[in-house]
Order: sequence, then structure tokens, then C-alpha cells
Amino acid sequence: MFRRLPEARGEPLNFTLDGKPFSARSGDSVAAALLAAGIETCRATPVSGAPRGPYCMMGVCFECLVTIDGVGNRQGCLIPLSEGMRIETQQGARAIAQEVA
Amino acid sequence: MSATGAGGQPDVIVIGGGIHGCSSALHCAMRGMRVLVLEKDYPGRHASGVNAGGVRQLARDFAEVPLSVLSMALWHRIAELVDDDCGFTSDGQVLVAETEEELTGFRERVRKLNDLGFTHEELIDVTELRRLVPAVSDSCPGGIVSRQDGAAVPFRATQAIRRKAETLGARVLEGVRVETLARRDGVWTVATSAGAFQAPVVVNAAGAWAGRIAAMAGEPVPLKVIAPMLMITERRPHFIEPVVILRGRKLSFKQFANGTVLIGGGHEGRPNPDTNETILDWAKLAESAQTVWEVFPVMRGASIMRAWAGIEASMPDHIPVIGPSARNDGLYHQFGFSAHGFQLGPGTGAVMAELIATGATNTPIDAFRIGRFQHDPPQSAAAP
Amino acid sequence: MAEASSITTPAELDAAYDLAIVGAGPAGMAAAKEAAGHGLSVLVLDENAGPGGQIYRAITRSPAPGLAALGADYWKGAPLAADFLAAPVHYAAGTTVWSLAIAAEGSGHEIGVSIAGAARMVAAREVILATGALERPFPVPGWTLPGVMTAGGAQTMLKASGLVPDGRVVLAGSGPLLYLLAAQFVAAGANISALLDTTPSANWGRALPHLPAFLASPYLRKGLALLWKTRRSLRVMRGVSAISAEGDGKLASVRFSKGGAAETLPCDLLLLHQGVVPNINLSNAAGCAQDWDETQLCFTPRLDAWFESSVPGVAIAGDGAGIAGAESAALRGTLAAIGAAFRLGHLDAVERDSRAAPVRAELARMGRGRAFLDHFYQPAKPLRIPPQDDTIVCRCEEVTAGMIRAAVAHGVTGPNQMKSFLRCGMGPCQGRQCGLTVTEMIAEARGLPPTEIGALRLRPPVKPITLSELASLPKTEAATRAVVR
Repeated sequence: MFRRLPEARGEPLNFTLDGKPFSARSGDSVAAALLAAGIETCRATPVSGAPRGPYCMMGVCFECLVTIDGVGNRQGCLIPLSEGMRIETQQGARAIAQEVA
Repeated sequence: MSATGAGGQPDVIVIGGGIHGCSSALHCAMRGMRVLVLEKDYPGRHASGVNAGGVRQLARDFAEVPLSVLSMALWHRIAELVDDDCGFTSDGQVLVAETEEELTGFRERVRKLNDLGFTHEELIDVTELRRLVPAVSDSCPGGIVSRQDGAAVPFRATQAIRRKAETLGARVLEGVRVETLARRDGVWTVATSAGAFQAPVVVNAAGAWAGRIAAMAGEPVPLKVIAPMLMITERRPHFIEPVVILRGRKLSFKQFANGTVLIGGGHEGRPNPDTNETILDWAKLAESAQTVWEVFPVMRGASIMRAWAGIEASMPDHIPVIGPSARNDGLYHQFGFSAHGFQLGPGTGAVMAELIATGATNTPIDAFRIGRFQHDPPQSAAAP
Repeated sequence: MAEASSITTPAELDAAYDLAIVGAGPAGMAAAKEAAGHGLSVLVLDENAGPGGQIYRAITRSPAPGLAALGADYWKGAPLAADFLAAPVHYAAGTTVWSLAIAAEGSGHEIGVSIAGAARMVAAREVILATGALERPFPVPGWTLPGVMTAGGAQTMLKASGLVPDGRVVLAGSGPLLYLLAAQFVAAGANISALLDTTPSANWGRALPHLPAFLASPYLRKGLALLWKTRRSLRVMRGVSAISAEGDGKLASVRFSKGGAAETLPCDLLLLHQGVVPNINLSNAAGCAQDWDETQLCFTPRLDAWFESSVPGVAIAGDGAGIAGAESAALRGTLAAIGAAFRLGHLDAVERDSRAAPVRAELARMGRGRAFLDHFYQPAKPLRIPPQDDTIVCRCEEVTAGMIRAAVAHGVTGPNQMKSFLRCGMGPCQGRQCGLTVTEMIAEARGLPPTEIGALRLRPPVKPITLSELASLPKTEAATRAVVR
């Protein structure tokens, strides 16, 4: 979906998504890091379980909500990526259904 | 516009389109009366539409218990009554004791209720508390459950009652503000921002603004306008069925079927009844957050999505004013529910219609008479 | 030389400031510099990691400094940001403002903020909201699919991360910004399959009376250059309507209608854009009056000549005051700061007016030609009011156009009742993605102008805060309030 400009600067940063290792660059937001890694879906909605991905990249749509280092519902597009971040996708409706069962 | 226009002169004018005004309109219409509801904003705009939705007999003032029990019976057949289930669910309400001392007080309360013949409140030990509310903090020793209690969706309920009243012929006028009240020859003239309306009977169900209506009728009351605050979380994994309330600290706590968790309990912001605005007190909301943090550790990662306050009337003794005016024939009061009137809506409307139609009711409401606040020589709103 | 002090924890905040500015885009940066110059103590609160707002996003920390693809207008932000960072102000980046209200006692305002996971209330005698714009909702079938983004979102990735749209990319929509973005992406080497222009041809008629002013404006030269560049280098399809994104779980293709015929283009990334609208969540929640703008088709706050709102001491500058672009935003920020300095007694009326005069002249010059653009690029109605019942309007709560129309038929008269019925606008975005659509849909269904329908009443926190953050709020006397209605 996105590729890095050859002239773009930035230090490589490592992170995990649902336990799998990835890397991106310093200066990336968490949402940009995911998109740069080719990951367009970051959560399932709590209403229907529909897949969603980053949409506005400026903090207004709340589509890029992810769990970062154990804290849920963080706006990935507003949080700068840092080394070693543990990012998890949010499985809204499924998680809720599991707890009910 | 005048009341002799479309629809003819009503038998009853209800001032206020909250759950109480709509309920009285409904029950009057069910008895064949022609009803006109005057609402300054839109039905359910204030406390009736934005409250916590608790449908609770639990922990009420003893004076309210008979009326609350009557109302509960109506809630349990609300779909039949108004053709909409109003989002009513009956998963019980639990009053949690935070200390042994509180639990001792609860034991005394339940015994006294039983002596009066009421059995809806049931003392529970720590095992039953943990079964009903697994997420509650380990330090809580027990509580009281009222198993028939539950919750409904306030705006939807108020609208459903209003719509059913309209189906039965009641008229509801929105955006109409009452300016003066006067009575002559057995007929009330209600002057409003949309002209004058006349009827032999007026019901004052104007909520936070009921004090102004009462004063227009020469019957001032020590009504305090309050703004109870609520806040709600994002959709969270389901972890609790009943509504939970505390006694020592201000907290009521309810998870909806959609996963959102409503946190209330009566901390007050500051109302401005002239502008419909309320000012939240974040320090007090922070106290609520702290209480939730302690009592429900599972909530520590929750996000607060919105906070708000409804505008409501509170009386000095925290019980409502219900019944005929002490000074004017044909005037009935129904206000001052002091932030716990939502559950009483269906039942109080039935009692009001009974009072208006028959002049009496079997439901004990003497404790709610307006005369309890009147020590001055009587005035009357009769035109000179 | 003085310079801005970075605030990174709540403990570094002063208890009170003369002026708090929300937003560090062109309006906020210009306001801060101006206010500091008049001796005000200034706090600038901004959500992003660095100054610049959306238009000058990452201007001080570009991954590709001087990148020509972003165009000269972008790099104009650099001196503005440098001036801002040199001004003696407190600057809290990465900070969420979640509440603004008149203080309980005395004059002034209290602002709820979260910095580094902790909440605080800050007092300010004057407030300037420079919260900018957001892209207008684009409610078409499939707009919630992963792989569909706003064009502005993709631009943010280019500015902040040096990331270029890749694979088969389609841009769709209308507005001057769409062509700018297309030109930037092409210049950065993106392979744009097509630009689907949805500008209704009927707009020509509406815009024509405003053409003379446009011809004399700075917009013309820029616009022509852009059109020339994009037309030459990518496939522009005009007169496009009825766009839908298709795919199972993620975007696979875009379907649209052109000249009555349906066409489908396979694509990996669909970038939507149909103009920007003021970001008014905070001003709305703070009780600032707002009106429906018949031309820009959005709510804009009601402001006086100094950009002061109906709430005394709260001014709104930049695109949040009505869309006018980055250069106007900076001028508006300057004027708002002059107004605040006057109200605080740092300027008398004569000083204020003489200081403002050249700024006003420049603002008037910048505004010439705007009316033409506003009329010409009014988004097509079917792309604002979804005709298909199953199109999602409220993305958060997954409320469809059909549900909204059914609710109106059921007697729901306004967005606030709609919220109570359907929860649309009750999700985390607080109506940012559905508010305008809901108002326009109810207006259409009821046959009334949007101004009579009104807007969602927004509730603080205007952005979610965690229970832990709220519980951490110090319980001081200088507490803690916000206006809601």
C-alpha cells in the first residue's frame, strides 16, 4: 500500500504486532508503521466484528485503535512508534462475545 | 392559537414532557380524558432522557416503597402498556456493603421492610454477592438484592410513553413555554409562548422548572435545581449483569447489553435552567472514577467516552411532591423526584390519572403532599 | 534569544496562563508568537508530536527535508514553525485537550488536558481554539473497508514518514486539495491509476458569479499550474458519481458511474477526499454558538471581528473558524491574539487597531477568490447524503443511512434524539465522521434547512480519557469543570 521514499531518513525501530516482529522508522506513528509494514487491518469493530484499518491519520476517526504495551484503545496515528513496542490488534466483538460465553 | 382550536378544549393540561408528564398524559388518555402536554423543549430533553435508566425499588425511602412497587408492576408489562419494551431488562439491582458496619445497617433495613409487608429487598451474604457480581472487590462483605429491579433506556422509554399517549389522542406541543397560570370560573388559562390554552385541570410535571410553575399558582416550594452527573465508557467485555449501587460513597454502576458501562451515583454539577446548560465538576467525576477503580479492579483500563448532567429538581427531604395543590382546585403536582424519579414514572402517572378521575387513590401518597412545605397564609391563583 | 519551553509532564505546567492556545498549526503558531510579543504568558497545547498542524505536518522533523514533491507552499511552514519555537511560550506537544469550560469562580476558563497518561486542569484567562479542519465525511458503500483512506491521511504519511502510496492507487472526490495531493503523490513517484473527479458539472453555474474575484486571486495561478500538472501526468476522469469501494474484508476494487455507465477499477488503495470542514468538537462542547454555512455546507462558529466566539474569552482562529486555508489561518491567529491581548489589557484600542490593520488587509487579499472555490467544489449531494440504505453513516456504531431515514420516519426530529435512538455519534469519534451527514440527512428527510435541524450536542471529554487518568486528577480547589448542554 505504501513504500518508503529512498531519500527518507530515520532510524530503524523494531516492534511486534500480535507477537510477530516488524520494523519501521523513527518518526513513524504506530499507524504509519503498520501501514508501512503492509498491515492495513488493525482491529475488528466491537459492534459487528467488521475489519477496520487506519483511515484519517490525524486523530479524528478512531479507526486505528490498537493496544500498545497492554493499554487498549490507543490512537495509533497519534502515538509515535518507539523501540520494542508491543502492538496488538483489537478484536472487538469477538473479545466481548468470548467473555459473555 | 387557543384551546378551542384543533382538538377542542382539553380536559387536562400537563406542563412538562418528561417521563412523568408523558405518563400522566398516557394514563389520563387511557381513562378517556382529552390531554394536552406543553413541553418547553422536546420530551425527554432533560433528566427524563439523560438519566442512568435505573429501574429500582431497592434502597428507597420507606415513603416511596408502595408507589415504587406499583410502578415496578407496570415496568414488568411496559411493552404491553406502550407497545415498546423501552429497553427494559430485569437483571436485578444490588446494594453493595463496603464494610461490616454497613451490612449491619442493611440487615436492619430489610427486617423493617419485611415488617411492613415488603419482600422485594433480600439480604445477601458474601457468597451470593460474589455470585451476582463476580467483579466486585474482595473486601465487600455482602449487600441487598432486589431481583425484580433492572434498567431501561431513558430517552426511548420517555418517547414510547409519549407516543402511546398520542396514539390515544393526547396532543404534545414541543417548544412551548408556559408564562402564566390563572384560574377563573373553574377553568385554568395557561398562557404560553404559543398562545393561551384552557382546561379545568392542570398537572405540574415540569421537573426542574416545576418550582416556577408552582410559584405562578401562588404555591412556592423550596425546590432546588440540581444537575446529577453521569459518565459512560466504551464498549467493554461483558462482566456484570445487575445494576450495582453503594451506600457509603456515591456510586451507581450499570453495564448495558452493548458493553458500555454507565457510572453515576449523584455527584452534582452546576445547572443553568435558563440556558439548559450544565457545568460538570471534574473533581467529583474523578472521585467517581476513583471509587470505580477501587470497587471494580476490572474497570481500571476503561476509557471514559462522555460525561454529562441532566437538569432535575430536588426537594429538601429528597422525596417528591405528588398530589393535589393545597391552594387551588384543579391543580395537581408531580415533581421533585430528587434524581430518582425515572422508575416511579409509570406508577405515578397511573396514580395521577386516578386522582384526577376519581378524586382519590388507594396508593399511599400522603408523605408527598405539597402542604408539607407550606407554613405561610394561603394564597390563590384565582383571578381577582 | 528566548525559546519555547517544552512541557512533557503535567507537573511542568503552570497553574494558570494568560492565554491557552489549542492547536499548533499555522493559526496556533502565529497566535502564540503574537501573544508572547505582547507579554502574555502563553500555553500551547497540541496533540501531535511536533508543530505544524495538518498542513505543515512534521515541518520541523521532516524525514526528507526540502522534498520538492511537497511543494513550496508546504515549506513556507518552516519559518512559521521556527518563529513559534523561538517564542517565549510553554508548548505541550503530544497533549490531548478533552474539556474546556468557563471556570466556576471568577473569570477565565478551565481546560482539561492529558499529558503522558495523566490528567490535569489548567486555568487560562483567554483561550484561542486553533483546532483546524478535518476532511468532510465521504459516506459511500465500502468506505469502512481497510485499504480505503482519506487522501489527507495519505498526505500525512508522505509528510511525516516519507511513505508514498504504492500499488494500484485511485483518488476520488472533489476539491482543490484533491488535485494538490494528486500532484504531490505523482511527484513523489506514486503510480496513480486514476483520479475520479466527482465535482458536479452543475456547480459551474453556481460558481460563475464569483469568477471575476477568483481570476484576480492568488488561487488562480496555483490552481492552473496544478491542473496542468495533474492532467498531464495522470488519468483524470470527470463527471464521476455513485462511488463504492468493494472487497471482502479489504479493498479490492472501486466501482463508479461515469456518463451513466458503471465501471470498475481494481485497486489496492482508494483515497477519498471531498473538501475539508471546521473541526469544531471542542468549541461545540464548550458551548460556542455555531451556524450552518450554506456555501461550505458545514457548521461554523459564530465569531466577531476578533474571532471571539459567543463564549466570552474563547476565540476560534484558523480553519476551525471556517475554511480559508493555511495562510489565512496564520493571519486569523494573529488577529485573535491581538484581540486577546486587548481584552487582557496589554494593548489599548488604538494600538490594537493599528496593529491589526495590515493583517486585516492581507487577510482580505487572501480571501479573494475563495467564494468561487467554495461554490465550484461543493460536493455532490449523493456523496453527502447516501442514497443507498445500507451505506454506513456512523462508522463507530455502524449505523446505516436506512436506519437514520427510518428513525426520521418514526418521528426523530434532530441529531440529538437520533443519537439517543441509534447511538450514531456516540462512539469514540464523537460524531466527527457522521455529524454533518446526520444533520443533512434529517434536513432532507424532513424538508427543512440544516440550520433548523442543528448539530449534535457534544459532550466532554471530547476525546476519550482513561478511567485511570481521570482518577489521577488532583482534587484541588482550582478544580475541574466543563460546560455541557
